[in-house]
Amino acid sequence: MRRRRQAVPLDRDATGRYLPLLVAIMVYLAALALAGAMVASKLADRWDSGLSGALTVQLPAAGPAATEGGEGDPVAQQVVALLRDTPGVTAVERLDTRDIAALLEPWLGDAGLTADLPLPGLIAVTVDADQPPDLNALRRAVLAVAPGSLVDDHQRWLGHLLDLTWAIEAMAIVVVALVVLAAAIMVAFVTRMGLAAHEQAIEVLHLIGAQDSYVARQFQSHALSLGLRGGLIGLLCALPTLYLGRHLLQRIDSGLLPEMQLLPIEWSLLVLLPVASALVAMMTARITVLRTLARMP
Amino acid sequence: MPFSIQASAKGNPSLVRFEDVALRYGTGPEILKHISLQFDPGSYHFLVGASGAGKSSLLRMMYLAQHPSAGRVTLFGRDVTELSRPETALLRRRIGVVFQDFRLLDHLTARENVALPLQISGQAHGRSDKDVEELLTWVGLADHMDALPPTLSGGQQQRVAIARAVIGRPNLLLADEPTGNLDDRMAVRLLYLFEELNKIGTTVVIATHNESLVDRFPHPVTRLSVGAIAPSGEMAKTPAAGPGANPATAKSAAAVAGRESP
Ligand SMILES: Nc1ncnc2c1ncn2[C@@H]1O[C@H](COP(=O)(O)OP(=O)(O)O)[C@@H](O)[C@H]1O
Ligand SMILES: [Mg+2]
Repeated sequence: MRRRRQAVPLDRDATGRYLPLLVAIMVYLAALALAGAMVASKLADRWDSGLSGALTVQLPAAGPAATEGGEGDPVAQQVVALLRDTPGVTAVERLDTRDIAALLEPWLGDAGLTADLPLPGLIAVTVDADQPPDLNALRRAVLAVAPGSLVDDHQRWLGHLLDLTWAIEAMAIVVVALVVLAAAIMVAFVTRMGLAAHEQAIEVLHLIGAQDSYVARQFQSHALSLGLRGGLIGLLCALPTLYLGRHLLQRIDSGLLPEMQLLPIEWSLLVLLPVASALVAMMTARITVLRTLARMP
Repeated sequence: MPFSIQASAKGNPSLVRFEDVALRYGTGPEILKHISLQFDPGSYHFLVGASGAGKSSLLRMMYLAQHPSAGRVTLFGRDVTELSRPETALLRRRIGVVFQDFRLLDHLTARENVALPLQISGQAHGRSDKDVEELLTWVGLADHMDALPPTLSGGQQQRVAIARAVIGRPNLLLADEPTGNLDDRMAVRLLYLFEELNKIGTTVVIATHNESLVDRFPHPVTRLSVGAIAPSGEMAKTPAAGPGANPATAKSAAAVAGRESP
């Protein structure tokens, strides 16, 4: 079977050579932005689920003697009892000095911690996320038992972090949207040039009975293949960059950062980018052709 | 003139109908004016006139490349100014056109050019490949089916254009100087092809400045004079039984029309 040649010889246009390159750059940028957004959202999830169900009650620093035999601290025991009796509290765990030292180790190093460093007493409280206790009432109750204590629901700190990750995600979405817009403008421009360059052939096609959609299909399939080609090039260039980024993040090796691995579904989102670029190119070409032709007499 | 009135009074649905049509390009002068004519289904017409008389322009209105600047053009019973773009495309599929300048697509082979109307109308199947080859063979291009138009002579290109115009079995065939680049033997052969198409019901309109060619056929002649005044097609058609009298009648009709126009 002979290969059916295009009725409009778009594959000979010089523009066809540049469009995949431009699309490749766009897809590269979009891939990085998307990956950034996905990591940010992962951080947000981790911090959110990890902390929102938790409160920390911080008792004023007691002397070394008191901390040593933590069980013996009557105030702390009273607070623990109070917390256990509070509806909505599912678990109460008093951290001893060693636990606290372990928590602080990444920041202070193990050498910095000695028994005579005054450490606050910490009580980790897990609350029922669905029916959390009234925080203000709880605060008042704890303060009555242990003046100077602090009931921290981490909201301020968490709120700032979540704001940050949210901003990163939003920026990534804006970047992707701008990239799509720029790509669409480029494809529309190239399509218009093609319409002008092949005006005569298109007129002949119309005169022998072609609908606008037939002409549009010529441009569509051309744009589809250029968009796909460009998208694949862009993605292939983005993968090593993402790999490098992941490697650098993993080196940080901190409890603060969750796993930076992208899930299979996230990888497939990235792999879908060339498909998306091809579809955007195709739809843009189609709309451009149909709108331009409809304006003709 | 009475005949034209009679024809419409009978309610005979003419395929092509011009009512006091004028045409100007842009803001230029009217190059056609007071054109009234009527071609019935299955008829065969010659459109003659000197170069520049407006034959091609008249045909352009018949294949919907141009709307009249005044008057009314009705094709297949439809007022052309009321057609939507999709309807225009569908109507054009029933009209085969041999353009004066061929208008072949230079990047497609002869075979692909001829198959294009079938492909566009969604009729391109295995069977149509054979039709295309048969037709190209018939017009003497068996050895040039895969040639690109720029490598063909003017006469060969013209035959590709003719094959493309008739491949879809149009109801209306419009040919603009279809024999201009052909030797007499090939010209007669192709006019015979048009004759055959006419016998199976195709309405044929041939524009030509070659009067000697026209004289050989017993078909009505519509004459355009350089003054862009047209005699009515129906008047020319009346004496179609006697081919010899044809041109003379048409000429007198032109004269009458000329006197009547303001
Ligand atoms: N596209 C056009 N724009 C402006 N004038 C045109 C155009 N086509 C034809 N004309 C003018 O219209 C007149 C008739 O031309 P045409 O229809 O080609 O005549 P013919 O086919 O009988 O030689 C000529 O004077 C020509 O210059
Ligand atoms: Mg002409």
